[in-house]
Formats: sequence, C-alpha cells, structure tokens
Amino acid sequence: MARKQKKYPEIIPRTQQWPIVQLARDRKQFVEEVSKESFDNLQKITRGRSLREELEMTVYREKLRIKANPWRVDPKDDKLFWKSIQERLADSSGLPPEEAKAIEEGLLSEIIHRYAEEISGNFKKNSYRFARSFITFGFARLLNATRVKGLTSLFSRQLDLDDKIHIVGETEHIRELAKRGTVVMVPTHFSNLDSILIGWVIQFLGLPAFIYGAGLNLFNLKIFAYFMNSLGAYKVDRRKKNAVYLETLKTYSSQALRRGCHSLFFPGGTRARDGRIEKALKLGLLGTTVEAQRIMYQQESADTPARKIFIVPVVINYHFTLEAPSLINDYLKRTGQERYYKESDEFTTSYKIATFLFKFFTKGSNISVSIGRGMDILGNYVDKEGHSIDSNGQMIHTRDYFISQGQITVDPQREQEYVRILAKRIVEEFHKYNRVFASHLAAYTAFKMMERKNPKLDLYNLLRLPDEDLVLDYTEFKKAWKKLRKRVFKLEKKGKVSVGGHMRWKADEAIKLGLENVGMYHAKRPLIKKDDKVIIQNMNTLYYYHNRMEGYGLEKHI
Amino acid sequence: MVSKSTSDKPIGVVGAGSFGTAVSNILAEKNKKVLLYARTPQRAQEINDSRKSAGQQLHERIEITNDLEKIGRQCDVIFPIVPSANFRSMMKELSPYLRPYHILIHGTKGFDLNVNLRKIDPTNPLSREHVRTMSEVIKEESSVVRIGCLAGPNLAREISEKKPAATVIASHFDEVIKVGQNLLKTDRFLIYGSNDLIGIELCGILKNIIAVGAGTINGLELGENAKALFISRGLVEMVHIGTALGGNAQAFLGLAGVGDLVATSSSSLSRNFTVGNRLAKGESIDEIIESMEEVAEGVKTIDIINELSRTYDVRCPITETLHRIIKKEMSVGDAHRYLMKFPLRAEIDFL
Repeated sequence: MARKQKKYPEIIPRTQQWPIVQLARDRKQFVEEVSKESFDNLQKITRGRSLREELEMTVYREKLRIKANPWRVDPKDDKLFWKSIQERLADSSGLPPEEAKAIEEGLLSEIIHRYAEEISGNFKKNSYRFARSFITFGFARLLNATRVKGLTSLFSRQLDLDDKIHIVGETEHIRELAKRGTVVMVPTHFSNLDSILIGWVIQFLGLPAFIYGAGLNLFNLKIFAYFMNSLGAYKVDRRKKNAVYLETLKTYSSQALRRGCHSLFFPGGTRARDGRIEKALKLGLLGTTVEAQRIMYQQESADTPARKIFIVPVVINYHFTLEAPSLINDYLKRTGQERYYKESDEFTTSYKIATFLFKFFTKGSNISVSIGRGMDILGNYVDKEGHSIDSNGQMIHTRDYFISQGQITVDPQREQEYVRILAKRIVEEFHKYNRVFASHLAAYTAFKMMERKNPKLDLYNLLRLPDEDLVLDYTEFKKAWKKLRKRVFKLEKKGKVSVGGHMRWKADEAIKLGLENVGMYHAKRPLIKKDDKVIIQNMNTLYYYHNRMEGYGLEKHI
Repeated sequence: MVSKSTSDKPIGVVGAGSFGTAVSNILAEKNKKVLLYARTPQRAQEINDSRKSAGQQLHERIEITNDLEKIGRQCDVIFPIVPSANFRSMMKELSPYLRPYHILIHGTKGFDLNVNLRKIDPTNPLSREHVRTMSEVIKEESSVVRIGCLAGPNLAREISEKKPAATVIASHFDEVIKVGQNLLKTDRFLIYGSNDLIGIELCGILKNIIAVGAGTINGLELGENAKALFISRGLVEMVHIGTALGGNAQAFLGLAGVGDLVATSSSSLSRNFTVGNRLAKGESIDEIIESMEEVAEGVKTIDIINELSRTYDVRCPITETLHRIIKKEMSVGDAHRYLMKFPLRAEIDFL
C-alpha cells in the first residue's frame, strides 16, 4: 500500500511559547499554587471525617505501603518523613483544640507539598528536543530496518514511516483545536508501548508537547524516567489511594489544564487486562476537565474569554499486544476482585524492553492510530472553530451546562454526573474509531465457535479444554468469518466501527493475514492453519484478542 | 444554590391534558407565572376563553399559549406532559429552543417506540434499543441533560380537588430534584426524591398494565380477594421485567411503584383501569379507545412488554394474557381461569 502520509508543520514553531515550557519555567510557583488549592479543597470536603482522622488514615496507609510495596523510585527519606508526621500528630493530640488544629493544618500542608513536588513533572525544553528527535529518528530507522531493506538500512538516510504506522481520522481538526483551546487526548490503552507511540504521534502532527500522567513504576528505570520527564510526564502513583494524594493529583491536572497545557489521559487508567475496549473509565482525572472548564468560565471576562477544553478520543489498533499473555493471566486470576496485588510488569528490566522493541520493529505488523473528532466536556462534537454542536446540528454554548437560574453555580454532584456522561461518550467513540483487523475478527470467530460447540461450559472450563478439542474445520470457520465480516461492514455503514483496508480483500487472503498476525509474537500463536483445519494453540490469548470485538452485538450472528 | 421557594421566570408546562393541567395548577399556587402549552391554536383559544382545561378550573396565574418558542425562551424549567406517542415529535419541535441550561421534568408514563411493530419478528426481535423512556427521548432529541420525571399516585381529578397527595421526582441530578421540590411542594403535596431515573420511569409505565388487568377483575366482579391477589402478582411481574429493562427492584417498592399501583388499580378515575373494566363488560378495544378523550398508555405498553418479555426471556403471564384478550384470542373469563391455574413461582426472589 503505497500511501504517502503528509508531513505536518508545527503549529507553534517557537517552543518558548508552549504552555508546558512556561509551566516548567515557573515550576516552583506552580507547585505552590497546586498545594494551596489542594489545601483549600481538602478543607471543604470532609466526608464525615475530622482532619485528624484523615491524617491518621493517611499516615497508616502510607506506612503500610512503604512496608508492603516499596519501589526503587521511592525517596530515601520516605520512612523518616511519615514517622515524623506520625509523631507530631500524636504529640499534638493532648493540646487545646485551637493549637491542635493549627498543627494538624501544618501537617496537612506539609504532606500536600511533598505530594505536589513528587507529582510535578520535570520538563526540560532541551531534553524534549533531544528525546523527540531521538524517538523520531529511532522510530524511522528501526521501521526502515524492518522492511525488506534489512538491518543495514538502520543507517540509511531515507526516512519513511509511511506503511507501518497509519495515522487516520481527524488530523487537521486536532491541529486546529490545539490552536483554539486546550486539547485533552484520551487514547485506548492496551500496551506499554502506547505512551511512546502517542508521544510520537503528537510530535508528528506538529502539536506542542502534552503533559500526561505516567505510572510512577515506569520511573523505576532511569532510562524511562529520562524520556518520561523530557516528554512532559507527571507522576501518578497508583499505590497511593488516600484522599490527600488524590486531591493533590486532581488539582495538579486541573490547574495545568487551566494554564492551557494540552494533556493526555489514559482514561481506562491502566492497560486493558482483558483486551476489551475500555468500558469503565476512571472518572477521577477525567473529572478535572469538567472542573477546569467550569472554573475557566467563572473567571472569564469580556476581554479574556475562557479557553475551551476539547476532548479528543484516540484509538490505537494493533494486531497484537506483546504483554497479552501476562495481562490476560493476571485478569483471569483476579476477575471480579480488585485485591491489593504487586505490579508484575514486563517492563522491569532494560533487557526486556530492548527485546520487546526489537521484536516490535523487526516483525512486520501494522499499527494504526485513529484520531477521533473533538468533543466538548459533555461529549458534544465540536466544529472546525471549536463550537459545540448538539445532535440536531445547532450550536450550543458549553457554558450553559453550568448555569442555573441565569448564573454559573458550583455543584459537585452535577459535575460528577457530567463526567459520567462524558465517559459514556468516550466509550462510544472508542467503539466507533476502533478499526477491525482481520486478526481481531479471526480470533473472535474462533473463540465464539468454541463457545457454541460447548454451550454448557463456563468461561473457565472453556479455557481449560484439552488440546484435541481445540480444532475447527477451516471451511466452517471461513463461512462464519465471512458472515461476521458482513455484519462488521453493516456496522461500519452505520458509523459504529471502522474497518482496516485489508478487510476488503478476498476472504481467504484476509483470513490468512489475520491468522498470521493474531498474537504473532507470542511463544505460541493462538491460532494457526494446518491443512483444512484451524488449530487453537492457546485459549487464553485467543480469549484476550477476541475480547476486542466484544460490545458490538456480533455474537448473535455466529 | 436554589433556595428561593418561587421562580422569577415563568414555569413551562407542555400538554394541557388532565395531568398537565393538574400540574400547572399546583405550580401556579407557588410561582408567579405558569405557561401552559396546548397543541392547537383552537384548543388554546377554547381553554383561554373558558379558563377550563380537561374539566379543571385554571388558576389565574396560568397563561395559555400555543407557541413552543415562547416556552423555550422564557422558561428555565419545563414540564413536558404529553402522551408517549406524541412525545418525540413534540420534542423535535421544542428542541430548537432548548439550551443546556434548561431543566426538563416530564410526567409521561409510557414508552417511545422507534420501530414499526409490524417489522418485528423472531429474527429481528424487539429490544431495549427500540424502546425508549421519555428521559431517553429528551436526551436524544435535545441538548438538555438535566432531566427528571414525575411519578407516583397522582390521579389528576383528586389533585384538582385539592386532596392530599405525594409524588416522586427522579433524576440523576440532585439539582433537578431540589428545583422540582421548590416549585411543586405545598402543604398537601409532598415530593420525594430518587436518583433511579430509569427505575422510577419504569414504575409509572409498567403499573399501567396491571391497572388494565385490575380493571378486568372489577368488570367481572370477581371480588376484592381476587383483585389483591392480582395486584400483588402484578407487582412481582413488574419487578422482573423492570429489572430486565434496567431499573432497580427498590424503586418498585416505593411510592412510584406500589403506591401508584394501588391507586390506579382500584380507581375508576384511572383511564387504564377503565379500559380493563370495559373490556370485561364485552366492549372491543377499538370501541373503547375510540370513545375515550385521553390516551390510556397501558394498551400500547402491553404490546411492547409482550414483545420485550420474549426477547429478554422473562415470563410475564399477566401481560401475555392481557395481550391475548386485546387481540381477541381469549375471553376475559378464560384469561382469569388461565391465570388461576398458572403456578406461583418462588415469588419474592429479588430482595
């Protein structure tokens, strides 16, 4: 497929003017502001607990975390810090109420400040430049190497990414929106590769750097930490679930948005362990978009109109996910129960990352990144100029959503509901921009056929079927696959899903490509064709890949 | 927040049927002005001349209009109360004048059907996608998100006679419940709040089926024991199909569920009850509908639930039997003999 991707010039060529650069310049002041606002917010929301109880709870949880789940990236003085907080809290318990309160507030402010410092990114303009060109260069060279040209082309000057990564969808639109307001990109999340990929997409589209929350665990590795910092990451520590931390994190995000920093959220929170398109989005960080937008409207005046926040869904489509086997095992082990568990990660050593990248770049497999249409914080589409459009095509003002009896009012319950509406819209958009590849459909067809053959078995028993039962007749398989493909095309016509170009090939060829690509990096490929049979080699990963096609109501047609 | 007990802007009511009129009268007691919309200019004129609508005297603070644009532009809070069959088309007309700051609290107890029932067959079964509650119609047709519904034992005649009553306002937004309470609450009209919007809407819709059935028992003069048996079995059926359609069992046990069910299943003031009653006396459904001034939502709901119960595999013997009566496949007497033989299942398995 010889398709030239166009090159996009930077929309703000002078990096000096990037919001993120300005943010980095007055990092210290920013941390102060975040701390102050978090402090005020925490005073307001008490949730039926006294400040003392809240602090005690925080200390307890933090000490438990240090003991049960320490990470290399944790600061050396972690233990001492929390011990000191605990002691001072205990000492003040006998004091008269006013004095005790002053001490409690002091401690709270100390904790918040520590969190804000930790979360805060360490963006450096110059290393961004370096990291960026390194990644661009690296991607391009490696991609070249993967093609027929062989390893020597690593050193070729010819850069072309054209046929490996397709960026499709509303690319001009997102560039336009980034000039007019603050863009919040919300991609699906299947693999650790996603952050790097999106980083590349952002710079390829000529957009200024985005800030994004990256799991603190990724900072365990020096090399990753370097790239993360220079790409504008701030740190999110999933182990810390106490109210003080969460509030500080949200305030950080909300303030950065208000300062006009384009942001990236993985709204699913973590990689989709079961391979499904995210359904339950994490509402916490997403909620900061609604709050930030409302605050901007409250602060707007005639000569400084509020900047608008645009939500742009992005769907990343792969034939494979490197981490699939461990993700799905993890998922199956703890289905239904969210227990406290240790992160088991493939990305723990540089060696593993290197092998991953090598495999990724040397084995040919397409990736496509679909950029969705921009929406306002309620999930209404926006037009080229960024105006919100309702389902009847009439222009509406986002500001009106915050108005009650003619005035903007603050109503947390209302905003919580708005976040839920937005999350639902994002999920709809994910399904719509999800591009069906032959491999997804092959996995789906095979798994559903197994289900049909064994109607009495529940999921766990199905996954444990003996090898001799894991064989399908190719002719039947093809018939079912073709039938489903017809449904997929119907859905595509209705605008409910997208379809990869190769899906229009002749059935035999498309299936061949699909079978070759589904989970192609795994030690055992989930599906192979042998003579006139299709053999399932691994039910768990097959289940994982099949999940990607769930939620479209296709099961009725098999 | 909303602390004022009255609103400076007029309150809109769309639909001058008996319930719309009753709601307008309650609103007018507390608020400066109510704009009541009637569908045709002639009807608006008639009401305006007589100051009477659906047999009820109009409060002096109610202004009649035939202009939806006026309602949209002047009112922040609007109560749409029109039959379910006309609801979507009304919303399409109103929608150009609606903005995200509007609050809509509807009082319609029926489903919207966005497919022709004749096109429904086993290969294309009727599903929840085809059947929408009114709050879902509002969301689909406009940019309004702050949506609520009114449900509960609210026989319009009794309300207009100023007898005491209570109602439930359900919404995902606390703000909507508060606004509704401020606008409607009086010494003899209590307002409860609920966050289970779909559950409460389903209560109001599904109870109409049971009301039709209770009417047939009345018509056959089977007595109070039989009626009590019927109503309590009806409630179980409501819960089963209601939860399959997305409601919570709790809603059905509250004022909007049991409360409304008891009121409509024992009163000749209820349209749906009347339909059942007349069916039992031997009239055909067409004759009955022809002669009624207002729509009995229960008839359409029976058709829809009869299909949905098949799709979702929920046994609904009462709905099924009433459907057969309406389609003249069964006499009312046979239907009750059939139901008496129907084995009682382990009834209360939803608590």
